[in-house]
Amino acid sequence: MSVQSGALAIAKKEHNFWRQLWRQRQLVVLSLPVLMVIVFSYVPLWGWLVAFFDYKPTSGMNVFKNDFAGFKYFIELFNDSYFWRGLKNSLGIGVLKIIFSYVFSLMLAVMINEVRINWFKRTVQTISYLPHFVSWVVAANLVFVTLSPDSGIVNELLLKLGIIDSPISFMGKPNLFWLIVALTEVWKNSGYSAIVYLSAMTSIDPSLYESADIDGAGRISKIFNITLPSIIPTIKILLVLSIGRLLSVGFEQVYVLKSPSTTETATTLEVYIYDFALKYAQYSKGSAMSIFNSLVSIVLIVGCNLLARRMDGEGIM
Amino acid sequence: MTAKLVSKDKPKLGLLSTKTENIIFDTINTILLILVCVVTLYPFLNTVAISFNDSTDAVYGGIYLWPRVFSTKSYETILFKSSDIPYSAMISALRAISGTLLSIPLSMMLAFVMSRKDFVLKSAVTKIVLFTMYVSGGLIPTFLTYRAYGLMNNFLVYILPTAISAFNVLVMRSFIEGLPYELIESAKIDGASEYRILFQIIFPLSMPVIATIGLFVCVSQWNQWFDTMLYCSSKKGLVTLQYKLKQILDSANSMTGDAVAADAAASSASEGSGRVTTQTIRAAMTVISVVPIACVYPFLQKYFVKGMTLGAVKG
Repeated sequence: MSVQSGALAIAKKEHNFWRQLWRQRQLVVLSLPVLMVIVFSYVPLWGWLVAFFDYKPTSGMNVFKNDFAGFKYFIELFNDSYFWRGLKNSLGIGVLKIIFSYVFSLMLAVMINEVRINWFKRTVQTISYLPHFVSWVVAANLVFVTLSPDSGIVNELLLKLGIIDSPISFMGKPNLFWLIVALTEVWKNSGYSAIVYLSAMTSIDPSLYESADIDGAGRISKIFNITLPSIIPTIKILLVLSIGRLLSVGFEQVYVLKSPSTTETATTLEVYIYDFALKYAQYSKGSAMSIFNSLVSIVLIVGCNLLARRMDGEGIM
Repeated sequence: MTAKLVSKDKPKLGLLSTKTENIIFDTINTILLILVCVVTLYPFLNTVAISFNDSTDAVYGGIYLWPRVFSTKSYETILFKSSDIPYSAMISALRAISGTLLSIPLSMMLAFVMSRKDFVLKSAVTKIVLFTMYVSGGLIPTFLTYRAYGLMNNFLVYILPTAISAFNVLVMRSFIEGLPYELIESAKIDGASEYRILFQIIFPLSMPVIATIGLFVCVSQWNQWFDTMLYCSSKKGLVTLQYKLKQILDSANSMTGDAVAADAAASSASEGSGRVTTQTIRAAMTVISVVPIACVYPFLQKYFVKGMTLGAVKG
C-alpha cells in the first residue's frame, strides 16, 4: 500500500517536473549556452581516454580505433626523470609564488589602507593595477629589458651601489629562475590581488579603531591587532583557492620567461607537456600527464577544503 | 569580531607621543608606496623612452626615462614599412570586439537562469558551469578535441571556447541576485516573456557588472597569444599582435643579448628599412600593445573593483 503510494508520489513528482519544465521552456531556451560549455569544456575530458591507448593522430576523435595500452603510459611517466623534474619545478614555483604573492599583496593592501589622503590613495591603486592588464608577453619583454646585463636598470643600480662588480645575467641563471617567477608575479598582480583585502578592510567596524585610539594604541599595533585579525576569513578563503591551483603555476608566465639556459629549473609539468608531448606528438603520454595534473589539483582542493572546515567549522565550497 | 584590543593597563612605549608616531608612520608609508609606484611604472616608461630613441644610439644603452636622440623611426617602420603588424593588430582588435560581443549575452543568459530560484534546472545548470572551474581536459586532450572540431587555423577558435567562463558567470549571477526580485515578478504579471525580462529589464540594470566583465573579456582577448601559437601559427592571416611580439622576443633572446648580433639580425630582417634594431622595434611594439589597455582601464576602475569583490565573496 505504502509502496504503491510512494511510487505514485514519485510518478506525480516526475509528471510535475516535466510540466514545470514545459512551463519554464523560455528559461530552458535561455540555458542553451550550457551546451557550449559542454562542447568546449566537457567533451575534451573524453580525450583523457587517449592516455590509455596507443593513440595515433590519424584516428581523430575515435580513440577506440587504437590499441588499448592500459596503464603503460602512466608507468612510462613515473619512470621518466624529466617528469619528476617537471613536478619538482611546478611545486617549487607554485609554493614560492603563493608565499610571495600573499605576503606582498597583503602588505600592499595594509599600506594603501593606511593612507589618509584620498587622491594619493586612488593614484597608487590605479598605478598598481596596470601590470595586471598587460599580457605576460609584454611583461616578459619589460622584465628582460629591466634585468638585462647590458644596460638594465637593476644591474646598473647594483653596480653603482657597489654590490656587484660585473653585470649579472639574471634571466640566464637557472638557480634564480624560481625567484624571478615569484617576483614578476608580485610585480604584475599584487596591486590587483590587494583589491579583495582592501574591500574586506573597509567592512571592519570603525568603532574597533576608535576604542583602540582611546586606549592609546599606535598605528602599527592597530594593524596587527585589528586590521589583520579582522580579515583572516578572507585570507583563508584565498589561500585555500590558490593551493588548489598549485600545480597550474601559470604556464604562460613560465613559458615566456624561460630561456634555453634555464631549462633545468624552468621546465614545469605544463611546459614539459607542451614542449615535449605536443611538439613531438606524444599524445598518450601527454594526456597521462594532464590527468595526473588534474587529479592532484582535485585532491588538493578537496583536502584544503576539508582542512578549512576542520579549522573553523565551515568550508568554502 | 575576534580582534584583540590593546588592553588599558599596558604601558605606552613612552618614547614617542602618538602624534609623532603618526607622522613617522605616514612618512615611511608614503615613501614605500611611492617606491611601489616607481617599481611598477619604471619598466613601462623606460620602454616608451627606448621606443622613441634613435635605434643605433639605443644600442649603447643608458636610456632611462627620456630618449637621448629622439626619433619616431621605429613606429614608422612598424606602422608603414610593412603591413604585417598593423594587420595582426587588426586581428587582435577583431577578436577582442567579437569575443566580447559573443561572451556578454551568453554569460548573462546563464547568469540569469542560475539566479532564478524557481527554475527547475537551476542547480543542474549551476553545477555544470561550476565544475569547469576545477577540472579541465588539459592541454593535449583539449588540443585533440578542438582539432577534431576543425578549429585549426580558424578564427572561431579564438572566440568560441573562451566565450563562457565560470568565474564571469558567477560574478554576473551574484549581481543579478542583488537586484530586487519584485522587478521580475511584476514584469511577469504584466505578461512579459522571460526573454524580455532578461534583455529589457535585467540587462540595463546590470551595466556595472557588464562593464566589468566586458573589460575582463576584452583585455584577455587582446592579450592572448598562446592559442595563436597552438592552433593558428601556420596561418599567417590569423596571427595576433601578442604572438608577433612573442616571436620578436624569442628572436631577440636567441641573440643572447649581444647588441651587435641583434643589430645585424635586425638590418637583415628588415632590409631597406635602414638602421632599426630589434631593441627599439620591440619597445615600440610593446608600447602599441599596451596603449589601448592603459587608456581604457582607469575609467572602468570603479566597476572592476566592485566586480572583483563580488566574485571573491560569493565565488
